[in-house]
Amino acid sequence: MPVHDVLIIGAGLAGQRAALAAARAGATVAIMSKVHPVRSHSNAAAGGINAALNPDDSWESHAFDTVKGSDYLGDQDAIEIMCREAPNEVLWLEHAGVTFHRSAEGKLGTRAFGGASAARTYYIADITGQALLHVLYEQLMKHHEQIDRYEEWFITGLAQDDEGNCVGAIARNIRDGAMELFTAKSTILASGGAGQCFKPTTNALICTGDGIAQAYRIGAPLMDMEMIQYHPTTLQGNGILITEGARGEGAHLYNAEGERFMEKYAPNKMELASRDVVSRAEQTEINEGRGFPDGTVALDITKVPRKRTLEALREIVNIGRDFAGVDITREPIRIRPGCHYIMGGVKADINGATSIPGLYAAGEVACVSVHGGNRLGANSLLDTLIFGRRSGEHAAARAAGMPAITASRAQVRDQEREIADLMNRSGGRRVSEIRDELGTMMNEKVAVFRDHAGLTEAHEVVRRLKDEARFATIDDRGTVFNQDVLGALELGYMLDVAECIVVGALERRESRGAQFRTDFPKRNDDEWLKHIDLSMNGGDAPKVSYSPVTITKWEPQERTY
Amino acid sequence: MPEYTLRIRRYSPESGEAAHWDDFEIDLDGHRSVLDGILQAKDRQDGSIGIRCSCRAAICGSCGVRINGKPNLACHMHLDKACEDAPDGVIVVEPMGNMPVLKDLIVDMDAVHWKKMRRVTPWLLPDGDPPEREYIVAPESMIDITQTMACIQCGACVSDCLSMEVDPLFIGPAALAKAYRFVGDPRDGQHEERLRDLAEDPHGIYDCTHCFNCIEACPKGVAPMSQIMRLRRIASADHGIEDRNNGYRHEHAFVKNIEKNGLLHEADLLPDSYGGKFHPRAVPELVTSLPVILRALQRGKVTPAGALLHKHKASKEVKRIFRDVHDREERYELNLYVVGEEEDDNPPSMHADAAGSQLPAERSPNQ
Repeated sequence: MPVHDVLIIGAGLAGQRAALAAARAGATVAIMSKVHPVRSHSNAAAGGINAALNPDDSWESHAFDTVKGSDYLGDQDAIEIMCREAPNEVLWLEHAGVTFHRSAEGKLGTRAFGGASAARTYYIADITGQALLHVLYEQLMKHHEQIDRYEEWFITGLAQDDEGNCVGAIARNIRDGAMELFTAKSTILASGGAGQCFKPTTNALICTGDGIAQAYRIGAPLMDMEMIQYHPTTLQGNGILITEGARGEGAHLYNAEGERFMEKYAPNKMELASRDVVSRAEQTEINEGRGFPDGTVALDITKVPRKRTLEALREIVNIGRDFAGVDITREPIRIRPGCHYIMGGVKADINGATSIPGLYAAGEVACVSVHGGNRLGANSLLDTLIFGRRSGEHAAARAAGMPAITASRAQVRDQEREIADLMNRSGGRRVSEIRDELGTMMNEKVAVFRDHAGLTEAHEVVRRLKDEARFATIDDRGTVFNQDVLGALELGYMLDVAECIVVGALERRESRGAQFRTDFPKRNDDEWLKHIDLSMNGGDAPKVSYSPVTITKWEPQERTY
Repeated sequence: MPEYTLRIRRYSPESGEAAHWDDFEIDLDGHRSVLDGILQAKDRQDGSIGIRCSCRAAICGSCGVRINGKPNLACHMHLDKACEDAPDGVIVVEPMGNMPVLKDLIVDMDAVHWKKMRRVTPWLLPDGDPPEREYIVAPESMIDITQTMACIQCGACVSDCLSMEVDPLFIGPAALAKAYRFVGDPRDGQHEERLRDLAEDPHGIYDCTHCFNCIEACPKGVAPMSQIMRLRRIASADHGIEDRNNGYRHEHAFVKNIEKNGLLHEADLLPDSYGGKFHPRAVPELVTSLPVILRALQRGKVTPAGALLHKHKASKEVKRIFRDVHDREERYELNLYVVGEEEDDNPPSMHADAAGSQLPAERSPNQ
């Protein structure tokens, strides 16, 4: 039974940053992930990371842009911390070896990004997330004596003691199917988002909301779950992401009639308005018949000088060629809004602590809430690193003052039995069928535009799928790399998360940030300037409660770009 | 919807059975990927098919496999293209090479790829404390190492590395490309130590045989072999590292041999690599090579006259190329991010007359 001070679940940027911070604070650390750490979805963050590092920029400006971007639903104390600590974090990354691109003077270089009032996005071509992730993994390899890595282990549940403290997790070794209890004085969830609840999505196949559901199941409230970001530029069909960096470098959007339609929706910021604004504009054009027949509009990157595109947007040159058959340096590419990011997640404070003692959450799995109703581009990498580090530090500090903990192996036996039952079922629907029905439905009813009727129907479908999932069947009965079993467990997580998304969206009877209700098209600060919290309620729909939005400096204003 | 047949190599260590092939019929548009095809088979027909996959967009590096015998990411190959390449129209998918198979298309990357990666001390080792703000470095240097940072650790190059097939201890293309990421990084303080280590290791930079397989295999344009050659050039030209493997001297003997003869004079190459026919280092080397030489004579691969009386002399054209390269102030380095593509409309002027840009497209290390 492996014992550590701090156990980190998930090894993307938030998890790796937490591991390095906890180890630095002197804790013994385990980091565990269902995939090898460099396969994590942090890879996909292409464009960059925001920080007000230039002398003529200020963290207050960054914070205001973030507050405004969040449609005033973000908690301003947390946003202040994130923006204030951003410059030092970027310098820490640079010192650790990140190969940030430079200005002509050899200093860190910036590019423009959506919703930002200054060019404050630091980047490595258009592989920023990948470069960060691989450099942090270099550091994990360097600190292998303090940090144990458990690569390709799947968490089946969080472990609790009799007082309800989180004392680690139960995990299955994917390589041989063995179940093991990992005990830890502090446990940090850093397992990412849940985009696979939607189909298509820009998210990787691994983004199945595992950590969100695991925390929910042991009683941690979730917050802002209705806030799902649709990214303005994804490929039709497979949902593959075209970075906002393209628009940051100067690309324009056109409808099928050749109009640069953002003039109508955001006359000042145009293509670089907040993502919710741009996605709604595109969807409106498409719905009103000014899109292309395949339900898309055009992104024209030929406006960017070819040499600059090849140097700074190389990855989307490849994506255009390989996944859409388009040379983006010579012709526009067809794109549409697609599910991209979940602003909500496990409710956590500015140190990552959740309401369960001993359980922390950081990164996309968490809701601090720094993104509120809409996340700005290049703030997600920042969120993972700042709150990953803070969680790591606080989890280590908590562990330092604690006696050894005890945990019962009974929970391991329960979960072994559950998996055995799952493998022996027959006669139900295939897991893959239920997953596809869920994703397609969510993308239809819980997308850019929502209404009561659609959301009610969505909730009914999720409830039915939950029933069907209890009897769903798989083919693989083996122990070595049994991905079928993992798929069934992931489906359970996705259904819990999807239900919370739908219930949150039904509850919020206004339009704010990514949530646009056609039956309540206005923002309503009097009634809805508050977070929706959702808690597990036995087998029933989640229990709804509210918590206030923290406002420090910036009173809500009308939001235009 | 068009139909394709996938022939997948199956292996389950628990079954006690030998590896075998299973065929799956799938219906998907031709522009969808082989991974999409495998996932459809997994979803609809057999959930026990093992393949690592995550991003579907060629950025996570999970789904390295061999398709019709060639390494690639399953998500990075269209079904119609794969079908076209297949001799009988059946798309053959099997696990990558040079690594043990764990199940179906899943190989043990830890045992090979990641072990080799750790061999090259894969983290930045700066001199002294970091500056208060960022390190000030030339912008080109960061763009330059972006090519190796673009590596997604998929293992496609390791899969088909011919040197590794013969010498499993060879550090290999992916890890050596990673090494260049530090040697090319001006912030690293251990360039010479790193290079000496990789040059002196008998399985290091001089173990590569220029087969170009890794360059062809790489789905991200990292061109590992080019990075290995850059490590060699920096080790020899900039640091004068004369390794005990004779890699340095062999390379120099080779260049001189061509400069003089135009065509390789093989009988001179071996002794010259060891400092000349009568050098104390060369004698034992020549003696141990005798059986090979005798066999070659026996089978008529060489004749004594052909080997010893090399008549060919370098032409004016060859001499001019050598002169051009010697006279250059800066060494010409090919790099995807710096020079752009071959058909670039406006190639940067500093490279316009470089020999490298005259390479035919199919020989360019960046293709």
